[in-house]
This record gives sequence, structure tokens and C-alpha cells, in this order.
Amino acid sequence: MSLNLERNSKWMEGSGPQADIVISSRIRLARNLKGLPFPNLMNSDQQARVVSQVSGAIQAPMVFQAVGELKLQPLRALAPEERQILVEKHLISPDLAAAGGEKAVVLRDDEAVSIMVNEEDHLRLQCLLPAMMLHEAWRLADAADDALENELDFAFDQERGYLTACPTNVGTGLRASTMLHLPALVLTRQAGPVLSALTKVGVAVRGLYGEGTEAQGNIFQVSNQITLGRSEEEIINNLSAVTVRLADQEREARELLRKQSRWQLEDRVGRAYGVLTNARILSSQEALQLLSDVRLGAEMKIIRGLDQRLLNQLLVRIQPAFLQFSAGKEMTPQERDVYRAAMVRELLAG
Amino acid sequence: MLCERCQERPASVHVTRIINGDKTELYLCQECAREIQPQLNFSIPQFLAGLLDYDPELEVKAPPAAERCPECGLTYEQFHETGRLGCPECYHHLAPRLDPLIRRIQGSSQHRGKVPRRAGGDLRLRREIENLRARLQQLVQQEEFEKAAQVRDRIRDLEGRLGKGGSSQ
Ligand SMILES: [Zn+2]
Ligand SMILES: [Zn+2]
Repeated sequence: MSLNLERNSKWMEGSGPQADIVISSRIRLARNLKGLPFPNLMNSDQQARVVSQVSGAIQAPMVFQAVGELKLQPLRALAPEERQILVEKHLISPDLAAAGGEKAVVLRDDEAVSIMVNEEDHLRLQCLLPAMMLHEAWRLADAADDALENELDFAFDQERGYLTACPTNVGTGLRASTMLHLPALVLTRQAGPVLSALTKVGVAVRGLYGEGTEAQGNIFQVSNQITLGRSEEEIINNLSAVTVRLADQEREARELLRKQSRWQLEDRVGRAYGVLTNARILSSQEALQLLSDVRLGAEMKIIRGLDQRLLNQLLVRIQPAFLQFSAGKEMTPQERDVYRAAMVRELLAG
Repeated sequence: MLCERCQERPASVHVTRIINGDKTELYLCQECAREIQPQLNFSIPQFLAGLLDYDPELEVKAPPAAERCPECGLTYEQFHETGRLGCPECYHHLAPRLDPLIRRIQGSSQHRGKVPRRAGGDLRLRREIENLRARLQQLVQQEEFEKAAQVRDRIRDLEGRLGKGGSSQ
């Protein structure tokens, strides 16, 4: 199978409810097969067995009916840079990209449905949609899970629910998350207090690329911490409420900026656009910050005619592995910064 | 040179970070360096281990011997170090020490979510009946009696199937 790494993912579409603040919505379900150790204790024979069982299951008619055609890609067949692109597109975790052994990723053509095979759990089923579509993503994941369960024997216990390698996922195995752009909360210095308050109501906050990453480009991910003792619907309703509340807070902060520092705000947006469309050297850090300013300008209609979809694509296209891949050659960090600036200039010029 | 993060205070700390295999060198002020450090060091295994270490009650109650899961051979101590269990059976065999930890991190010990058809049997039916009862109450409150009657019939139908190992389809 030849994987089209450069294609755009469904989540980049940039349209849907709350799309002026919520970039994407994700549902992830952790599932394990009965009678096998978890991936960290499996030998390569056992790992290969899981890959082949999943490979068989995704070809079942029921699975096709539920979510359409899925294709399995063994990770050992991909170069490290190619795996890294899948990380940059939020399709696999950095851990899975770095791991050796028999690992795989299952993808639907639009990348809205994917499965990490032999990551921390045997299966990590993920549905990733644009904007605020957590419920839609859950319906998709639920249907895929039902269909897969028909083919695979999942480890389940009446008391503890779905059994996972880490007890932080046991029960529903569900991690619901949304990715939000919150520049006005950061500019008005409310982001810290608001986000740390969330941790008190069972919501975890992370940066653009998950655990241990700082919020680059004012992009934050929020997700549920608790997976046991609540139904999937309750967990998703709770996270939806938190996401909508955060988006409201961000909108209020944007209006405050517009009222109190209109010229500073428009100046900031205009300068960012000027740099992005003229710079000859751009680090990914600087590009992310400037793209955040320009995105804010587009979302507040200070700049018109800028496609939200393009801004989402740029979030991924400026990342090191993606950049290197589209250049078709290895580059030093300095060469990358020059190439990045040229690519951003070209895409923004449309 | 100004701090690269806040662009406000003078940079006095040099931090090297590797994110997604990309090495970045940052010159930061003291304040920003402090802000980003704890995030960099966070790890789930250490966090879990920390939870256990600070609980005197659990130290006392926990049996001293190293229990071992007969299925995969993992000991509780190994779990404590890595934060990862060895196999689904670990949940059963390491339960005396694992369950209190699960209650602490999850705030609960009873699954209330989805039940797979295959393993589910009656449990899946019961869960569906529970959900329908809640729906019935809602409908009665909204005075939607016609719909309520349909739901009530469906509940009776499902209750009739309990204990016969029937599926809800
Ligand atoms: Zn600083
Ligand atoms: Zn075990």
C-alpha cells in the first residue's frame, strides 16, 4: 500500500460548530484483546498476531458498513520521518512513532478514523473531526467499536469495564478531547487561572502535541481525566460543556480586546500577516505564534478572505518532518527555516 | 537578549528541549523557565508512584509479599515502577493493592459505560433497561404519554429476556 502522507485530514476542514475557536474534536477508545499480555510485555510473535487479527477484522463486512474502508499500514515499512508526519497530523503518538517491533496504524482515507495497533494498548481507536463535533465523533467511534467487537474478543470485566494497560484508562477506555485556539485568554493573562481551574473539575489541559508540550501558538487541548464510573455520554457531555464554556470565555476576551485595545490588536494582526507574507527565514516557533495572530485576525474578521482550512493545514505543514518530506530532501534547521518561510509565503499568497 | 518566550524580561537561562525529535534551544527568563519546567518533567508512572508513596493508610494495609500475576508474571512492584500492567488478568490477581489505587485516581470502582455485546449478556440488557427507565421518567415529566407507553413496553420486553442470555438485538 502506498500511503499518501501529504493528503489533508478531515479535521483540518475548519468548518462546523464553534469553528472560530474549536479546531478539532477527538474520541479515542482503548481496547485490548483477551488472552494476550499488553503490548509492553508482548514478544514480537504476539505483536504480529495482534496486527494480523486487526488486519483481518477491518476487512469484515460489518466494519465496512459501519465506517467504510480502512487500510492497515505496518509502521516498520515507514521511514522515521514518514512516521513523524503521522505524529504531526495527530494520527499516531510520538511513542508509537519511536517504538520498534510490530506496530501498525489503520487509516480511513479521510483520516477521520484511525487505529493505533500495539501502542500502549492493543488497539487505540480514534475518530478525529473538525470543529466542535464530539458527539458526532463518539457516534462514529461507537459504531466502529461495535463492528470491531464482532470480530475481536475484547478484554472486559463487569466491574472494571474495558481493561487497559494503564489504570488511568480503565472503564470506558475513553479519552475525549478538543483542540482550541485561545489567544485572547493568553493576551489578557486569563489562560493560566482559567485552565488551572479546569484541572479541578477533572479536565486535563495540554499543548498542541499532547503530553509534556507547551501550548505553542496559543493552541490548547482539553480532555477528560476520569474514565471509570461515568458513562461515555456523561464524559462527553461534560467535556462539551467545558469546551463551550472556554470558547465563550475566549469570545468575551476577544471583545474586551476589541473595545479596550483595538489599534494594538489590529496592529498585531497586521504585523503578523506582514511578516508571514514577507519573511525569508521562519522558525517553527515563530511561525506558530504569527499564525496564531493571523488566525485571531481572521476569526475576528479583522483580516478577510483567509481560509480557516488553509490555516489548519499550515499548522501541520510548517512542522519539521512534513516540511522535509514536501521538500523531498534532508535539510539542516537553517535550510528548513528558509524553506518554511517560502512555503508559508506561497500558500498565503494563494 | 530578551526572553524568547515572553519577549519582556532579559533571558538568563538556556534550555534545550526535544519536541517530536526536533531540538530547540531556548533562552528564557527565570520566570518562564520555571513555568515550562514542571510540564516537561511530568510522567504518568512517576505520578502514580507518587500517589502511592504519600498514602500511609495503604502502606499499612498492603500485604508485604510481592504478589505476582500468574498469567503474565508481573509483580505489583514492577507495576509500581512503570505504571503499566502486564495483561488483562493483572486487574484480578493484583486487585488487593490495585483497586484502592484505581479508586483514588478514578474516584470510582464501578464501570457504568458501554458493555460489549459478546462479553455483556445480561449486563448489556440491564444497562439498556436502566437507560430506558431514565428516559421513561423524563417522558412522563414532559407529559409525552404516548412515547412513554412505547418505552414502557420496550422495558417489559427486555425484562422478559433477562436470564435467558438473549441479546438486545
Ligand atoms: Zn520570559
Ligand atoms: Zn498479568
